[in-house]
Amino acid sequence: MIEISSLSYHAGPTPILHEISTRIESGGITALIGPNGAGKSTLLHCISGLETPSVGSVRINGIDPFSVPHRQRARTVALLQQSPALVSRLRVRELVSFGRWPHHQGRPRREDEEAVDRALVAFALSDLAERTIDTLSGGQRQRAFIAMTYAQDTPWMLLDEPLNALDPRHARDLMARLHGLSRDGTRSIVIVLHDINAAAGWADHIVAMKDGRIVAQDESAAVLTEDTLRDVFDTPFELLHHKGRPVVVAR
Amino acid sequence: MRLWTLTFALLAALVVVSLSLGAASFGDDAGWLLMVSRIPRTAAALLAGAGLALAGVVVQQVVQNRLVEPSLTGAPEASMLGLLAVTLIVPGMAVAGKMLIAAASALLGMIGYLALAARLPREDPMLLPIVGIVYGGIIGAVCVYIAWATDLMQFLGAWQLGEFSGVMIGRYEWLWAIAALAVLLYVIADRITILGLGEAQARSLGLDYAQTRALGLVVVSVITALVLVTVGGFPFVGLVAPNLIARWRGDNLRANLPLIAVGGGLLLLTADIIGRAIRYPFEIPAATVVAVFGAGVFLWLLHAAPARRHG
Repeated sequence: MIEISSLSYHAGPTPILHEISTRIESGGITALIGPNGAGKSTLLHCISGLETPSVGSVRINGIDPFSVPHRQRARTVALLQQSPALVSRLRVRELVSFGRWPHHQGRPRREDEEAVDRALVAFALSDLAERTIDTLSGGQRQRAFIAMTYAQDTPWMLLDEPLNALDPRHARDLMARLHGLSRDGTRSIVIVLHDINAAAGWADHIVAMKDGRIVAQDESAAVLTEDTLRDVFDTPFELLHHKGRPVVVAR
Repeated sequence: MRLWTLTFALLAALVVVSLSLGAASFGDDAGWLLMVSRIPRTAAALLAGAGLALAGVVVQQVVQNRLVEPSLTGAPEASMLGLLAVTLIVPGMAVAGKMLIAAASALLGMIGYLALAARLPREDPMLLPIVGIVYGGIIGAVCVYIAWATDLMQFLGAWQLGEFSGVMIGRYEWLWAIAALAVLLYVIADRITILGLGEAQARSLGLDYAQTRALGLVVVSVITALVLVTVGGFPFVGLVAPNLIARWRGDNLRANLPLIAVGGGLLLLTADIIGRAIRYPFEIPAATVVAVFGAGVFLWLLHAAPARRHG
């Protein structure tokens, strides 16, 4: 469980997050949605311990990510930043292997190799394992970085807009994989999404943010109402249902 | 293994050429000539080249840009500025003290460059080296002004244009410190590779980013100072050797750091041999040879860089 209490974050004089207090329960996929500049990425960075909040505290599975040793933090929570390193000539297997670094610190054991193999299989990368990152397509590259995050084998995976630059097929494919991984109960995923329908289709819970505050948080169906979405995005939406799933259309 | 066999064969061949090439001919005192001049000269070229190549790859990982190397971060110019100050204020300072000042100045120079670089947009990979050239040029101009006004142009010239003709036993041994630094870098090779993934990703993997980066920059500064004070500055070695190895073998430093070091050594030794052979028995500075060759490779890299970037 992630517990955030009265967390504020300022970038210099500019307030980004205002007194956020909430809990995110373990299990499944929690989507962070909201307009540009709502503070979604900053909140993700604060939860992962990479940005220190100006005020307030974060507990993730009971630990304070700012005070525990780096290595312990990195075995509790893994963050994939938005558009990660672009022109690396690491091979896919080498990149994914770095996900194991918090576990072995440079001396990989057999179980580390196995975890890397599992991650390669989970993200359909086995055939690409010996290719270098700079020769991959955008979708393959994103999968490789998520596989590294997955190989880190943390109870919490935080993904910052992983669908960026993915076409609909690869976006759907990625969400389906993440959904599958989150079903076994050992992984909890928090994911920043710009596509509301990706959240509607795959997320168990939705946290809606605006202007550095959480304005709605609940099970997906409860957040995805026309009124809530209009308030969050300042634009009218129509909520439809197609084959039992909610579909959101901007009007 | 075949790779290493070939590498060592090439290395051995070049070492033999380097040992047998020079104005003096082997007579009865061949052993003396080797001990006093040829072996030190060959070792100096290999060590300096290895050091510059390693410093290059560390800087490239720190700024996440392949087109940068220490001589494009203001480090050598800042180092010269520090050395000029020492020469003017404490002329009799021991070599160790000069090394320390040179390294500290190089570090300050690089810190200034990184502060500039942090404000630049990252989309255009050309911007970082261009800013580095301008930044180094400004510090270099201050050096020239001071050296001109204080009649120290001769010193400055020796630092700016590295060469090995003055290398003799007793005058190059500081360069062996590079071998120790190379071992240190190999020990932290994974950490340096992770630096190249960017700060957020590196920290998410549990790396102490600030500490690792600081250690890397200190090593780069010390290498810059060791080479500059002992044999002078050489452009492009830190750019060419790591880039050629990365294109050929990838970015995993645990696997490739030894190759990068050997590659840099071979590059500089080859440049020195060419400089000695081309107008025999006169010599052209190795830095000049490297600049001609390196500029060509640099242009090729610039041309080839966009092809590797996907949308």
